[in-house]
Amino acid sequence: MNNNRPVNLDLATVKFPITAIVSILHRISGVVLLAGLLILIWMLDTSLSSEQGFAHLQEILQSVPAKLILWAVLAALAYHLVMGLRHLTMDLGFGETLQGGKTTATVALVIAIILMALAGVWVW
Amino acid sequence: MVTAVTTIGRSGLSDWLIQRATAVVLAAYTIFIVVFLLQHPDLTYQQWSALYDQLWMRIFSLLVLISLAAHGWIGLWAVLMDYVTTRMMGGKAFFLRMTALTIYAVVTLAYLVWGIEILWG
Repeated sequence: MNNNRPVNLDLATVKFPITAIVSILHRISGVVLLAGLLILIWMLDTSLSSEQGFAHLQEILQSVPAKLILWAVLAALAYHLVMGLRHLTMDLGFGETLQGGKTTATVALVIAIILMALAGVWVW
Repeated sequence: MVTAVTTIGRSGLSDWLIQRATAVVLAAYTIFIVVFLLQHPDLTYQQWSALYDQLWMRIFSLLVLISLAAHGWIGLWAVLMDYVTTRMMGGKAFFLRMTALTIYAVVTLAYLVWGIEILWG
């Protein structure tokens, strides 16, 4: 096969506009969530196992490292959720133009950052 | 027509729809849980287990686990197909993608069984 064929989108050389940045972060947050699921399911298991398990989980969540990990998972979830809702909005036909995409990307990013901060406040 | 064998729905359009439908389920569950926790700032074990004792909540949760399996597969598949490519990684790209998808399949099946165990165990 000819290895010098032109590449449609060479990620190593293109400059990232805001739409591309929110997109790549959507993907990264999704992969982070696949790992974070282990923590969330474990939390569900422990919290529902018994009264002692529930209290044990509450105790664990008092520690700073546990709070940081939970915040990271919740931040990824908040970001992924907001960007997912942006996609669903576009699927309904809103903001499909280049300018519309840039505007919704900016708005979604601001909302996501606010929710990520609120998630931190909630955990602490 | 070339049919991709590692896609969930065997077609891009089908995957697109599954990705959206499962996204709606996952978003609804996330918002529901967050609202429930905000409504119960001093949540007790009794309140929490009472929620998960209800059949509709168990079914909702199971639906979420199944949605997660499909949603995660489609997402991971797209990420792998875009970045773990022969152009970027050479001949081992195919092997790496298959390994990653296989690990995901095993892990997500474990999540599913574990989830059922939590909900009905």
